[in-house]
Amino acid sequence: MSGLKKGSVAVVGAAESDLGLVAPNTSPVDLMAQGTMRALEDAGLKLSDVDGLFVAATQVRMGPMALSEYLRIKPRYFDGTIIGGSSFMTHVAHAQAAIEHGLCEVAVIAYGSTQRSVSRAAASPREYNYYESPYRPILPISAYAMAAARHMHQYGTTREQLAEVAVAARKWALLNPKAWEKEPLTIEQVINARVVSYPFTVRDCCLVVDGGGAIVLTAAARAKSLKKKPAYVLGVGDALSHATISSMPDLTVTAAVESGRKAYAMAGVKASDVDMLSLYDAFTITPILFLEDLGFCPKGEGGRFVSNGAIAPGGKLPVNTSGGGLSYCHPGMYGLLVMIEAVRQVRGECGQRQVPNCDIALAHGNGGVLSSQCTVIFGSEATV
Amino acid sequence: MQSLTEKSPLGTYIEHIKKGELAYQVSDDGKAVFYPRAIAPVTGGNLQWRVSKGLGTVYSTTAVYYKGEAPLNVALIDMDEGFRLMSRVEGIDAMKVKIGMRVKFRAHPGDEKQPPYPVFTPAEGAK
Repeated sequence: MSGLKKGSVAVVGAAESDLGLVAPNTSPVDLMAQGTMRALEDAGLKLSDVDGLFVAATQVRMGPMALSEYLRIKPRYFDGTIIGGSSFMTHVAHAQAAIEHGLCEVAVIAYGSTQRSVSRAAASPREYNYYESPYRPILPISAYAMAAARHMHQYGTTREQLAEVAVAARKWALLNPKAWEKEPLTIEQVINARVVSYPFTVRDCCLVVDGGGAIVLTAAARAKSLKKKPAYVLGVGDALSHATISSMPDLTVTAAVESGRKAYAMAGVKASDVDMLSLYDAFTITPILFLEDLGFCPKGEGGRFVSNGAIAPGGKLPVNTSGGGLSYCHPGMYGLLVMIEAVRQVRGECGQRQVPNCDIALAHGNGGVLSSQCTVIFGSEATV
Repeated sequence: MQSLTEKSPLGTYIEHIKKGELAYQVSDDGKAVFYPRAIAPVTGGNLQWRVSKGLGTVYSTTAVYYKGEAPLNVALIDMDEGFRLMSRVEGIDAMKVKIGMRVKFRAHPGDEKQPPYPVFTPAEGAK
């Protein structure tokens, strides 16, 4: 984003809370607090160092208040911007602005959800909308299904190509001990699974699990003195395009075009400089759209781009090495975990799924029904 | 500027639907606006009501599978006047609704909980 400085801040701590299925009566704020302490431990910082707090969740309406009360901290700067699963990428931009202007020094961005425990309907109740609710779309699934249908119609994207995205995610997940899914998956299994909202089967849809986590940011100068290798924020960009799917101008083009352009401009890098991608895969169509909109292939070519294991382990471009929202973890607003994987890749901490020489990782968040798009580019010491 | 103490944009819209009309608005700059608003988007100016001729084209479509029910169509319809709305194409198998299909508006009566709302039926051959 213009106005922010490349590499002025870095992620110095990153951690998930417990994931999957947590104990009965665990609260989303329990998970935020657990993630926060693990991320601070990862950074070698203490709770008393935190003076900036950024929180978003669907089950906690006033996140910054809930987490600061729970931890009994008094952040100098706080922000509860909520624009869906990409909220946390926007929090990075806001935290960077706050740190650059001296409004805080150590910023925590935290999230927690118990949607598997309490059900998706209870964790993320939908607002009634006269113009959509009578038709009973399963939201957000049906909105993304219509984007996929339009992409198939316009560009010849196939059912098999959508399934490739889920299969690639599963192959990566099998390399991640923290992933929810533990069994292999084939294209046929994806296509023949239970249809939810055509063309999507249940295997085209992200997981519904509990989880959360936190990341810690501070100024580059301080980052160098901390425990882990800093993951510098090279570029950030965000954009809103609509709230309801009926008002999305073109279902095959997302505002990632704009968020990506802003992030690349700030970072001074282009798509071909990126070593790995962490793309919000709420549904199999989303990585296809984002690969196009972020400049990794021409518009309409995303389906063909992901074919033949191109984004799976051993493929031409590593995408969603954690296993993604499709196979690793999706607690409802997955953007924070999207960034945690990118940070770990830049640090070189990913074990058997580590991308060799990963200096630049792009994390892209999506919120609502393709409504908010936010891009963060992380870089190693070599990139600043 | 329209007062919101006497009539709401949605209230006016529902009055039209009850008369079997699909209403939309036009902005000062001549652009069709949907959903109905009190303030014109972009210009911030006034809006005029219009009644659609009721013909449109399916922009995208999905079939929703609820347990124990026949597949239910949900579609986005591009009306000939230049606005888009979510709706349902009825009178045809949900899976047979195709992008590009011509469709015609009719008012669904709704029920005690749900005010009337627009639905569509196939209108192949309608120009």
